[in-house]
Amino acid sequence: MKPPPFGYSRPESVADALATLARLGPDGKVLAGGQSLLPILSMRLAAPHHLVDINRLSELGYVRVEGGDVRVGALARHAQVLADLPARAAQPLLGKALRLVAHATIRNRGTTVGSIVHADPSGEMTAVLALLGGTVRVATTAGERDVPARDFFVGPLESAVQPGELAVSATFPVLPPRAGTAFVEVARRNGDYAVCGVGALVELDADGAVSSARTAYLSVSPTPLVLDLTDAIGSEPDFAAAAVAAREQVEPEPDIHASADYRRHLAGVLTERALREAHAEALERSGRD
Amino acid sequence: MTRMFGQPIPRVEDDRMVRGHGGYLDDLGHDALACAFVRSPHAHAEIVDIDVTGALDVDGLVAIYTYEDLPDRLADPLPLLIPHPALTEGRTQYALARERVNHVGEPVVMVVAQDRYVAEDAAERILVSYRSLPAVVGIEAARAATQLVHPDVPGNIAANMLQTVGDVDAALAAAPHILELDLSIERSASTPMEGRGVLARWDPESHRLRLWSSTQTSTGVRAAVASKLGLALVDVDVITPDVGGGFGVKIMHPWPEEVLVPWAARQLGRPVKFVEDRREHFISSAHERAQLHHVRVGFDRDGVILGLDVRFWHDHGAYIPYGIIVPMITSTQLLGPYKPGAYRVEFDSLYTNTLIVTPYRGAGRPQGVFVMERTMDAIAATLDLDRTVVRERNFIQPDEMPYDHGLLFQDDRPLIYDSGDYPTLLDKLKKLVGWDEFEAFREAARAEGRRVGIGLGCYVEGTGVGPYEGAHVVVEPSGKVKVATGLTTQGQGHQTVFAQIVADELGVPLSDIEVVTGDTRRFGYAVGTFASRAAVMSGSAIALAARAARAKALKVAADALEANPDDLDIVDGIVRVAGVPGAEISLGTLAVLANPLRYAFDDAAKAATQFAVGDTSKPPVGEDDEPGIEGRDYFSPMQSTFASGMHAVVVETDPDTAEIKILRYCVVHDCGPLINPRIVEGQIHGGVAQGVGGALYERMAYDEAGQLQNASFMDFLMPYVSEVPERIEIDHLETPSPLNPLGIKGAGEAGVIPGAAAFASAIEDAEGITITAMPISPSELFELRRRHEERSSP
Ligand SMILES: Cc1cc2nc3c(=O)[nH]c(=O)nc-3n(C[C@H](O)[C@H](O)[C@H](O)COP(=O)(O)OP(=O)(O)OC[C@H]3O[C@@H](n4cnc5c(N)ncnc54)[C@H](O)[C@@H]3O)c2cc1C
Repeated sequence: MKPPPFGYSRPESVADALATLARLGPDGKVLAGGQSLLPILSMRLAAPHHLVDINRLSELGYVRVEGGDVRVGALARHAQVLADLPARAAQPLLGKALRLVAHATIRNRGTTVGSIVHADPSGEMTAVLALLGGTVRVATTAGERDVPARDFFVGPLESAVQPGELAVSATFPVLPPRAGTAFVEVARRNGDYAVCGVGALVELDADGAVSSARTAYLSVSPTPLVLDLTDAIGSEPDFAAAAVAAREQVEPEPDIHASADYRRHLAGVLTERALREAHAEALERSGRD
Repeated sequence: MTRMFGQPIPRVEDDRMVRGHGGYLDDLGHDALACAFVRSPHAHAEIVDIDVTGALDVDGLVAIYTYEDLPDRLADPLPLLIPHPALTEGRTQYALARERVNHVGEPVVMVVAQDRYVAEDAAERILVSYRSLPAVVGIEAARAATQLVHPDVPGNIAANMLQTVGDVDAALAAAPHILELDLSIERSASTPMEGRGVLARWDPESHRLRLWSSTQTSTGVRAAVASKLGLALVDVDVITPDVGGGFGVKIMHPWPEEVLVPWAARQLGRPVKFVEDRREHFISSAHERAQLHHVRVGFDRDGVILGLDVRFWHDHGAYIPYGIIVPMITSTQLLGPYKPGAYRVEFDSLYTNTLIVTPYRGAGRPQGVFVMERTMDAIAATLDLDRTVVRERNFIQPDEMPYDHGLLFQDDRPLIYDSGDYPTLLDKLKKLVGWDEFEAFREAARAEGRRVGIGLGCYVEGTGVGPYEGAHVVVEPSGKVKVATGLTTQGQGHQTVFAQIVADELGVPLSDIEVVTGDTRRFGYAVGTFASRAAVMSGSAIALAARAARAKALKVAADALEANPDDLDIVDGIVRVAGVPGAEISLGTLAVLANPLRYAFDDAAKAATQFAVGDTSKPPVGEDDEPGIEGRDYFSPMQSTFASGMHAVVVETDPDTAEIKILRYCVVHDCGPLINPRIVEGQIHGGVAQGVGGALYERMAYDEAGQLQNASFMDFLMPYVSEVPERIEIDHLETPSPLNPLGIKGAGEAGVIPGAAAFASAIEDAEGITITAMPISPSELFELRRRHEERSSP
């Protein structure tokens, strides 16, 4: 479990990093927190020619609330985002999901943007980005582009970031008024990737009726799955009906930890739990509890 | 002086360990060459060709070895360590595969290079072509034997063993009730934090080998390596550095790597080191536990067992170097605290194309206890009796001790329980967990829509198995006491408990005692650390050796102080004459006096030169005497001593997600008098954690092709601290053993033994669904519920 030989650069600025990545093209690979990349290297599942270590790019180590978004720089660690009170106040789902990402030691190094670029369909932050309809800002020496979540996740462990590109930040829209969120999951052990997980965003209209109910799923699809359950839940909120609708739409695979049926069952149970919790929060935030 | 035996003092080794000052195998030998192995990617295959050319130009490569390179003895199969008459078809592996491979992970090529990175680069470039063969995976496939692991072993059966007491068929025929049960346990493994490792230095001048191994038996490794390399025992030193856990797996020896590394060091004239990585540990060390059992039990209307017939199948993997110890233990220790009436037990030990099996903490007992306790619960359910009542009615009673089961134990000696009080243990457990109040708790929980259950598991554990251990205790002129025993330490706290024993026996402060274990330079005769035997075996030997040193000290002191030895006592390292203030002499001075010298190299020595001491009419060292204040002794009991215990667990199962939560975990435990209660409780905590792992999380997920799909800590679910109950409630009973000078019994394995049994009982109680297989995951519980519903709703 030792990586094969690789080249290594540690640029001191974003401009430097972009120039290095442009020069390396398909041979370059970004190293952020290393919490996913290093195990892959050590198990020799990948053999990139050259690592570009972005840990000196302190200019990307920010978490900001700007306009209608929380913007997270590429060097902001999970722990830093989790500890950022203004960001969590603006979008409470960030904190609810980040608590469930791995363990404290891994959150201290792993970056939120890195976990999104890594595009693991079991990653909490991929689901959060997809559910909230966030974006990822990707840069090259030629300029920057913003990629919306729905275009960002291409396949399991495959994102829209191309060789030579650096993801510099991700944005998460702030919570609208009269809305509530929840994130629930079942993991085999505390901090493990979830067997199934559900994030929920419920919005109410001025009369307190559900105007939008959306959910996002972990570990039941190749890319983050987002469902619009607004019709299923109805204005009355029928959480059980929403759970049935969710169960019918997920297509989980079995693995050594869980059967496909169990995952499907969990998708239903957790949908109901997440929607109830998000709905209760939305009511509370509308002053209607 | 307060007696140190029984004091819950903190471990003397902790300060060093916690500060990161431990010295583990990989902390040694920074000048050594590293090695990596090309291991079989197939579970079963013929080796067609090995092409190393691609690796030859890797910078830093030192040597590549295949089977063809091995000299005579190294080219023979590795030893079958524990032969047994019932083990008729024993097969062991070659140090490097010869023509065939029989499990994924079997070493095929050894690469030596300047560091591990380079060694892996070279290994990656070696091309081995295989012709793959169908793999035998799992007990069903092994029994079906449509494919054979070893072509010359029919039925894949290495051993068949049968033991009987009484007439089981008659007992079952006459029994008012008969039940049949099929019960299975899956594979798990010891998974110590530190894997295997070995470092060898060959001294070409003196033709001596010095070897460090992360092992549970340095003397065993020494004997095996000396034999394989054709060296005299005195020319091989084996030293065990700090060991980051063993839990059984490191009692296996010699590993292929353990003989190849010293051989390569001699070939190359340079130190060589192998440090196993985690993936290697999963696929090339050893596993345990997989067994399938069929039980027929006959009992009367009170639940008293009249006859017990157990047939089981043990999956020992591709080879059987450690013999049939594990199934032998299951077949005897299954009986626990009970009288089975007539008993018949028969097992087959089966080859499969998976990793070998050697004892893992508990060693066959968790399976046996699972079988017996499931049987007890099934009897209780059949007769609608409380589960504790059925157990009580089958207990061996204290006044029946010593109790002879009429069977042979793992050491081929009669299975005779030396002492124990099972009814009292059960009373203590019921009180501790609140067994009789549980129904009220269940009702209250049910009212809140919660589902809870309680379960228990009882066991008896043969500990302190022979053949022997020895110890050496010497008082230095400084007054410090140096203790050596040959067995090894892998985190148990031996330095502390052995020092506690010596402190009492010799009357010296704990801080003056230093204990060395597992170093053949200090003590060459030993067996090893396994079977909860260190305290019983080495502890007893150390007590005896310390007594001998004490006797010698008192004899020398009696001369020096012109007193009667019976009037002397040793307190805080000073010998005093009772009732004569000022008449005293320190142990250090006695050590000087006991060693008559020619040379005065310091002030203390001056006092002991031939001109300073002694009666010129006698030889300086008497005819029956030896210089120094020393004691050396051995302890070799007739048989094992039997510890016992009972666990109760309260679980809550989520009606929707089928998650299983532990609400309480209670342990009552009897290992005789406790040398150090804090250390015993630590052992129990660790054992319970492994029990939780075995019951709820861990399994070796082999696919049909024999690939281990979860060979990492990401997918092999060893519980984190967050999965282990925050509080483990413990109560002790201390029933002394008549079999050793301290009256003690072993405690190392106990915590893990009844885990699967207790959890199965509790989950069954919560769910009302029969549990016959462990471990159990939420996904499996979900599937069980679904099948149960389908069956109950036609
Ligand atoms: C034991 C363990 C448990 C874990 N459990 C969870 C969990 O429960 N949930 C969860 O979501 N995650 C979990 N993780 C993963 C963790 O969140 C990772 O840190 C994260 O997925 C990757 O972030 P990183 O900064 O470490 O990225 P790295 O490992 O450095 O990189 C990951 C990939 O993303 C690319 N990359 C990273 N940053 C950029 C960038 N700015 N631009 C372009 N490419 C980039 C890299 O090239 C690489 O391909 C776990 C990890 C471990 C080790």
